[in-house]
Formats: sequence, C-alpha cells, structure tokens
Amino acid sequence: MDIVESKVKDQLDVFALREQFPVLARRVHDEKPLVYFDNAATAQRPLKVIEAMDDFYRRYNANVHRGVHQLSVEASEQFELARDSVRRLLNADSVREVVFTRGTTEAVNLVAQAYLRPRLEEGDEILITHMEHHSNIVPWQMLCEQTGAVLKVAPINRQGELLVEELASMINERTKLIGMVHVSNALGTINPVEEVCRIAKKHDVPVLVDGAQATPHMAVDVQALGCDFYCISAHKMYGPTGIGALWARESILEDMPPWQGGGEMITRVSFEGTTYNDLPHKFEAGTPNISGAIGFGKAVEFLEETGYEGIVWQEERLLEYATERMQAIDGLEIIGTAKHKGPVVSFTLEGAHPNDIGTIVDHYGVAIRTGHHCAMPVMQFFDVPATARVSFAPYNIRNEIDIFLEALGKARDMLA
Amino acid sequence: MSIETAQREIVEEFGLFDDWMDRYQYLIDLGRKLPELDAADMVEDHLLAGCQSQVWLITEGDADRMVFRANSDAAIVSGLIALLLKVYSGRSAQEILDSEPHFVVEIGLSDHLSPTRANGLNAMLAEIRRQAQLALQAA
Repeated sequence: MDIVESKVKDQLDVFALREQFPVLARRVHDEKPLVYFDNAATAQRPLKVIEAMDDFYRRYNANVHRGVHQLSVEASEQFELARDSVRRLLNADSVREVVFTRGTTEAVNLVAQAYLRPRLEEGDEILITHMEHHSNIVPWQMLCEQTGAVLKVAPINRQGELLVEELASMINERTKLIGMVHVSNALGTINPVEEVCRIAKKHDVPVLVDGAQATPHMAVDVQALGCDFYCISAHKMYGPTGIGALWARESILEDMPPWQGGGEMITRVSFEGTTYNDLPHKFEAGTPNISGAIGFGKAVEFLEETGYEGIVWQEERLLEYATERMQAIDGLEIIGTAKHKGPVVSFTLEGAHPNDIGTIVDHYGVAIRTGHHCAMPVMQFFDVPATARVSFAPYNIRNEIDIFLEALGKARDMLA
Repeated sequence: MSIETAQREIVEEFGLFDDWMDRYQYLIDLGRKLPELDAADMVEDHLLAGCQSQVWLITEGDADRMVFRANSDAAIVSGLIALLLKVYSGRSAQEILDSEPHFVVEIGLSDHLSPTRANGLNAMLAEIRRQAQLALQAA
C-alpha cells in the first residue's frame, strides 16, 4: 500500500508541496507510509517554518523590544515583521490591531475578561452557537459565573448548519456579545459569519469569531466579514504550537484595560502607579513566544506562496472524493453534512467504536482523530458518544484516502 | 490461580500470534465475550475518567477476595478489560498491591500503558489498585 504518485497539474503541485513537509516522508508501524489525516487537530509544518525557528535560535536569539544590542534589534524586527504578516493574513488595518496570544483559546479568554467582563451586568446575555469548540464555550461560562450573565445557545440543524434566523430571533437588548465559530472542527461546517455580523450590527452587538479552523483553508478578511474580534491559532495553519493572535479593531482595543500585568506591557512603573504601553503591547505581558511568532509569520508566508486558490481546489477534491466513497459504505454515517464545508469528515460506523477504528487504522499508518473533538455539545446533539474524524490538508492526496478506506475496511472486518 | 499464574497464561496465549492483527483480533474477541453489564451498573458513579471510550468498573467483595466487573463500549478496550479481570478479579487486596502488570509489556501491548494513550488501561489499573488499598484500609 505505497503512496502512488499522481501529479496534479495546473492548480497545485501537490508533490512539490509534500516535499516541503519532512514529516510526510516518515514511516510508522513496520515501515508503513504515514497518512496524516489529523490536520484539524494540528497541521504539519513546512521547512520554511522549521528553518526560520531554527535560524532564530542559531543566529539571533535575544529578548525583544528592550535591547540596544544587534541581536535584540534583529529579533525585535523579525518579531514585528511576523505581526505584520498576521495583519496581512487577516487584512487588518494596522499591526496595532494584532495581539499575539498563546492561541485561539487565550484570545477568547482575553476578550471575555478584558473586554466583556467590565461591560456585563447580571442577567445580560452572551449568545453562542451549538457547534462551538469548548474554547468558545467555557470562557463564557466562567464569565457568566463571575458576573451573573446568562449563556444562550443558537440551534443547529441535523446537517450541522447554524439556524441563522433562530440566532437572529435570540438577539435582544440584553445580548452583549455573539461568539461563533467560522469553521467547525467537529462538523466541518463553514458558517455565514458575514450574514451574522450584518444582523448583529443592526442590534449593535459585537461578534467574536473563532477562526482557528478557517485560516488554514480560506482567505479571511476581517473587514469584509464585519466582525469585531477574530481569534486564530498558528498551529492549525502550518505554524508552531503555543502561539496565535487576537485581531480587534483599534478603537475597541484602546478601550480595553490590560488583562495580565508584567513586563513588556508598561511604559513606566513606580509604586504609586503604572503607565501602560501602547497597542498591541499592553496585552502582551512578559517575554513573548518569540520563535513561535517568527514561525507564525513564516506560516503566513507559506500560505501566501501556496495560494488559497490551490489549497481550496485540492481540499475540495479530497473532501468530495472521501465523502463519495465513505457514503457508499454500509453502516457508515457522516456527522456534519452542511452545504458549505471545510475538508473534514466526521463519521460513525455501525458496530465499531471510533476508538477501535482509530487504533486499528493507526496500525495501517493512518493517523485520524477519535473522540468528542472538544465539542461535547455537538456529540450530544447528534446523540453519539464520539466520532472518528479525517481532516485534510492540501498536501494530502487521493491515494491516501484509498489507503485509509482499505484500513477502515480491515477495521470493520476485525470488529464485525 | 494466582496473579502470577494468570499473567503467565496470558503471555503464553499471546505467544501464539506473530502479528499485531492477530493479537488485536484476539483482544476484540475476548472483549466481545465479556459478560454485559446491567443498566444499573452502567451509571456515572462507575464510569472511569481518563478514557476515550466509556469504561465502567464495579468493585465487589472484600480485602480477602476482591471481585471486579467491568466493560466498555469499545471492543479493544473491552479485550484489555477481560485480561485485567482474569489477572485481578478474585484475588486478595494484598496480592493485587504486591504485583506488577508485567504481562502488558510481554504481550506487546505496552503502548497501551503509556499515560498519554487515552484508552484507559492506565486508569483501570490505577483504579483496581486504589480499590485494593481502600479494601485493606477497611479490613
């Protein structure tokens, strides 16, 4: 079961792309070629990212923003260039609007605590959707416990699509924020963020978007979307783990008090009082993840060089092929059949627990995800304890889907 | 039978298989043969944390003879449970605490013991030992 070459012309040179990802050459479990279908959990890193981080440590490792020496100046330059790359990625107006965080989760928590908490009164409402990742549920639940606010949940249908009209009808004068996922990690659904933002604007309610699963797959323009906060993680889009970003409009960020205190976020400290630093630094207390930020910037460059057009083209073909083949399997149910979908197929197979499927296909070299995907309310909605999930990146090829399906067939035979 | 004898028997049985598929198939079959639990047993109080699949474990008996009943909604994990029950159920609390589960490594399933594997073998072993400790304290 070797990976067969089937060079794709015109749209995207998949094999040239694969060569940029050293881990794809790995063999696992008795020399089986690795088939990596767990991209929605974390994507792999291209050489460009790995080498840039390595280069930082080898040549110019230093702390940023404070040093007068050459290494610190170089490190600061690269760190801020990375911020500009993230600004370009999201089509933000200014680098002052890009705050580095540990990832999407920290970005959501920052908005919850620094933006929304001071504005909340008992009985106020936060509106999210039924398909949120725990990272866009739990920070709001914690905030509700702290303030007496109430969490409201907009429903989805059996296809896993957001019911926008229902969401609209749930907005009232107590609604203080709408939190929604752009692309669902558990279902693949691409949500109509622009439409929701238009509706929210009429009621003057800010919208936070969890974009962790969006930036790997589609061009995101925060200005066109009309949202107020956009949260992303580098590691989902071929960058390192432990770094991400919050985008918010400058006027909003100016109004927000700092969340964490420490170094980097001040201009002057005395025991009588402290003056906070300018945007975005007032939200970046402590020495930041410098190599991570540099890798993040390179991941953006990687996406720009590869081009979303080719990425989308390849991923749509993979999704279409996998969906078609998997639908034909007796007893297999795809969870999440939205019309607009990212390259994710979540499924259950009659008589086989997802955990067993994952364990067996792993022995055939195929890495898939099993479990609740940090979206337990989604599992509850579809009344399944867990699903198995394959998720694709543009470096995946059709033949890998064949290998996966063959392994899935073996798993089914073993579990029958 | 002692814990040691039970472990030796398992190691011998698994010695008959030369590849992972046969070992897993055997585990799956063992899991299928595990007696089903009553609905009354499959409650949250008996659910073990730290497993990707659902694992229910019920402890009965006393320090002289501890009896475990368990099952899972996943087949491979049920097979692992069948092995654990063969080794540990019906033994004294002291014997349980004095023994090491070396059979897991010897039958080539040691990756199942890694704490990062979310399949619950670790959680089950820890719970069995904890119950043995509790039984000794109560004795």
